[in-house]
Amino acid sequence: MKKKLELFLIFFKIGLFTFGGGYAMVALLEAEFVSKRNWLTREEFLDMVAIAESTPGPIAINAATYIGNKMYGFLGALFATLGVCLPSFSIIYIISLFFDRFLENDYVSYAFKGIQVCVIYLIFSAGIKLLKGLTKNVMNITVFLAVTVLLVILSLASVRVSTIVLILICGFLGLMVYLIKKSLKKEA
Amino acid sequence: MIYLKLFLAFLEIGAVSFGGGYAMIPLIREKVLLNGWLSEAELMNMIAVSESTPGPIAVNIATFIGAGQGGLVGAFVATLGVVLPSFVIILVIANLVKNFLKVKGFSAFLSGIRPCIVGLIISTAILMFINNALGLEGLKGTISPDISAIIILVILLIASKAYKLIIKKDISPILLIVLSAVCGIILYGRI
Repeated sequence: MKKKLELFLIFFKIGLFTFGGGYAMVALLEAEFVSKRNWLTREEFLDMVAIAESTPGPIAINAATYIGNKMYGFLGALFATLGVCLPSFSIIYIISLFFDRFLENDYVSYAFKGIQVCVIYLIFSAGIKLLKGLTKNVMNITVFLAVTVLLVILSLASVRVSTIVLILICGFLGLMVYLIKKSLKKEA
Repeated sequence: MIYLKLFLAFLEIGAVSFGGGYAMIPLIREKVLLNGWLSEAELMNMIAVSESTPGPIAVNIATFIGAGQGGLVGAFVATLGVVLPSFVIILVIANLVKNFLKVKGFSAFLSGIRPCIVGLIISTAILMFINNALGLEGLKGTISPDISAIIILVILLIASKAYKLIIKKDISPILLIVLSAVCGIILYGRI
C-alpha cells in the first residue's frame, strides 16, 4: 500500500507541475522513472511512449496507466491515473466556480478577446508542427489536404460531418492501402 | 440526463482522439457546438485556461465543460468519460496484447489516421479564424473582419518567430497567452 501511495504521489506531482500537456510530461516521466528511480529501463520507457502515442486518449493518462499497471497491476494503474488527474480536476473545478464572474470585469473580457486569437494561433501552430513531422508521401498529403479542404468548405456550408466517422474512414483507408500493397507484393 | 450526455460525449472523445491534447480539440468543438453547450468564444476561453493551468489539456477541458454544464458531478462524469477509454485500452494492451506494437494491421490503420488528425487540427484553426477574426458564419454571410484580432495574430506570429531566432527555443504558450491578453486590453479597451 505504501508503494502504491508513493506512485500516486509521484503522478500527483507530475500532474501538478507539467504545463503544456503530453510531450512536456514525457520528459518529466523519464526523469522520475528511468533516471532517478530505475523503475523502468530506457527500452521499456520507449515502448511505453510508443504505445501511449499510438492509442487514443491523453498521453499522460496512457502513460500513467501503463506505468502503474507495470509496477503494481490494476491498483497501481488506478492510483497512478488518479494521481495524474487529481491536480487538474481540482484546479479547474475551482476556477470554473468564479470564471464567469471574473469575465464580467471589462478588462478581463478584453484580455480574453485577445486570448481567443492566441488560441487560434496555438492550435494552428500545433497543427503545423504535426504536419512537419508527417512523412511526405502520396497518401499522407492526399488525406491531409482532403480532410482540411472538405471540413472547411462543408462547415461553412453548414453541412455536418462527423469527425469520428472521418477518423475511422481514414484509418480503414490506411489499412486498405497496406493490404493492397501486400497482395501486390505477393503477386510480383 | 445531462450527466449521461456529458459522460457519453467525453467517452466518445476519449476513445477516438489519437495523438492526445490538440487532437482532441476538433472533437470537443464538434460536440460542444452541436449540443449548444458553449459558443465558439466560450470554448476558446476554456482552451486558453486549460492550456495555462498544469495537467493534461484533455482532462482540464473535460473538467471545465463538465463543471459548466453540471457542476461538480458534471465535472466528474466528463473527466471519467475522457479518461476511461485510455485506461481500459492500455490495461488490455499491457496484459493481453503484449506484442501490440508489432501488429501490422494496426500500424497501417494508424498510418491512415495520422494525416487525418493533422487535417482536423488545421481545419479547426482555420474555421475558428474565419468565424472569430473574419466574422463570417456561413458561405452566404457577409464578412465583418475584426481588425484588432488580425493585428494580434500578426503580433503573435512576429513574437514567436523573433523568440525562436534569438533564444533558439520555442516560445511557451503561456507567454503567448499573456502577450495576447495585454494586446487585447490595449486594442479592445482602446487605451
